[in-house]
Amino acid sequence: MSLTLTLHSAPQVPLEVDGLLPEAVEGKDAAQVAALPLMHGNEKVMVGDFFAARGKGNGELRLEGDLSRVKLIGAGMSRGKITIEGNAGLHLGAGMLGGEILVNGDAGDWVGPEMVGGRISVRGNAGHMVGSVHRGGSVGMRGGEIIVHGSVGNETGNGMRNGLIAVGRDSGDFTGVSMNAGTIIVLGRLGWRSGAGMKRGSIISLQEAELLPTFSYACSYRPIFLRLYLLYLRELGLTVEDAGIGGVYRRYSGDSVELNRGEILLLNR
Amino acid sequence: MSAHLPRIVDTFAEAFAMWGTRAIITAETPAWATAAARSMTGFATSVIGCKCEAGIERELLEEETPDRRPGISVLLFSTSMDSVGKRLIERIGQCVLTCPTTACYNGLASDQSVVVGGMLRYFGDGWQISKLLNNRRLWRIPVMDGEFVVDESFGVQRAVGGGNLLLLGTDGATTLKAAQAAVAAMRSVPGVILPFPDGVVRSGSKPGSRYKALMASTNDAYCPTLQGCIDQSSLTPEVRCVLEIVIDGLDLAAVETAMRVGMEAASPCGLLQISAGNYGGNLGQYKIALHGLTPTLAATA
Repeated sequence: MSLTLTLHSAPQVPLEVDGLLPEAVEGKDAAQVAALPLMHGNEKVMVGDFFAARGKGNGELRLEGDLSRVKLIGAGMSRGKITIEGNAGLHLGAGMLGGEILVNGDAGDWVGPEMVGGRISVRGNAGHMVGSVHRGGSVGMRGGEIIVHGSVGNETGNGMRNGLIAVGRDSGDFTGVSMNAGTIIVLGRLGWRSGAGMKRGSIISLQEAELLPTFSYACSYRPIFLRLYLLYLRELGLTVEDAGIGGVYRRYSGDSVELNRGEILLLNR
Repeated sequence: MSAHLPRIVDTFAEAFAMWGTRAIITAETPAWATAAARSMTGFATSVIGCKCEAGIERELLEEETPDRRPGISVLLFSTSMDSVGKRLIERIGQCVLTCPTTACYNGLASDQSVVVGGMLRYFGDGWQISKLLNNRRLWRIPVMDGEFVVDESFGVQRAVGGGNLLLLGTDGATTLKAAQAAVAAMRSVPGVILPFPDGVVRSGSKPGSRYKALMASTNDAYCPTLQGCIDQSSLTPEVRCVLEIVIDGLDLAAVETAMRVGMEAASPCGLLQISAGNYGGNLGQYKIALHGLTPTLAATA
């Protein structure tokens, strides 16, 4: 039986749970986990002050309840799985190295900032700065996958260097801003100024989008690599229409204020 | 009934350890996938003269290929892992990359791999794009009809080459018909190819030659025209034609299955004997006994 933590007291200020990872609780029983330290605002607390624990750590950690004010879930995790039955707070999977996080709800801002590996799946919506660089940094997500079934906010993939971000619905403004490389696929609509300052990388949308004038039309074609990506997303449970998989896309190169080696692909409708 | 069945000679096929790989070629239409696959597997009958042995394993349905387009599965074998890698780079680079609408993917899950797309990418002259999807690196190389997509690495594994059957008949037409029946049946076996033209070879060889420059020469013991000239012909006077089917497989079981299926398919076709080529067991790592493959047929015939 995996370890399950059920929220019994809603935090009044953000509760920081970095360190509460599958690898950290592996082999520990409920009582041992309940005694682990957390930070509630600037106050030191124990896991048991907010969560009822049951089961034993076996590589999988289940969190139940509305965790909108619980920050840094899965931050830095390297293996195992965290399943969240409810909403997740800020900085979910920050700097994650491996393993899997599944959110059966919404996630706040800063999902997977500067993530390196593993997969984060959010069944609902996610906030701003998904897979982004921290403020003041230069390189965002470096690997792994972030799959959001709903919509995301602004600056998704800011500074991204590698990996995959997929959005089932719409993305906010500045999607892929300052992107270095990697792939962002938005099955719905892209927000304004997508790809601003991007050097390399791919931004794909299955809907029309208004692009910056610093992106230039190259051609219309059927990108074979995109079939692989979209089929993969379908396997992961996203709804991908057949027209997108075999369709003709318009390729735009940009951002010409940078290297001009990035691309935005828009499905011809 | 047994009077019409060929005698299964109590001998063995001597097969060799090789390295093998599988490439999946896809294209917009089955015709273009086939064109690329035929080109890639051309001039690949024997490692002795072609550096590798390659052939089409089977056609793939759209739902069986990575990009859900029509595809062809190709197997390629050579004497070392390094050689398999070099041959893949040469043949995918010259025969698949060049063919309109195609893409080429690794079709063999293995712990060992060779870099292929990672070398072909340089054709992109700096415009190539790398993609990493689910721990699989792909290369997008710009070409004149769009992009050529190829996997960075292809899996390789130890394999078996040189499994074989010798079909001995009273005349060419009967023997050829039996060979074609065997080939048709053997092609249904997964994991094997028959690298010679339409699966059949008439120029069986023996190792060595009276000419120093040659590694191999005609298998005179099985040439009907030499029955009166050589001391140790393997043929009886009524044998007028011998055809060979060579089998390469990803593992020994696949080669054995193909040989058994081939013997069973050829047996009702009026042959005199079914035999196999070997070198006295001195060269190859595998000995595949014909009687062990088809004990019932061996006892009946």
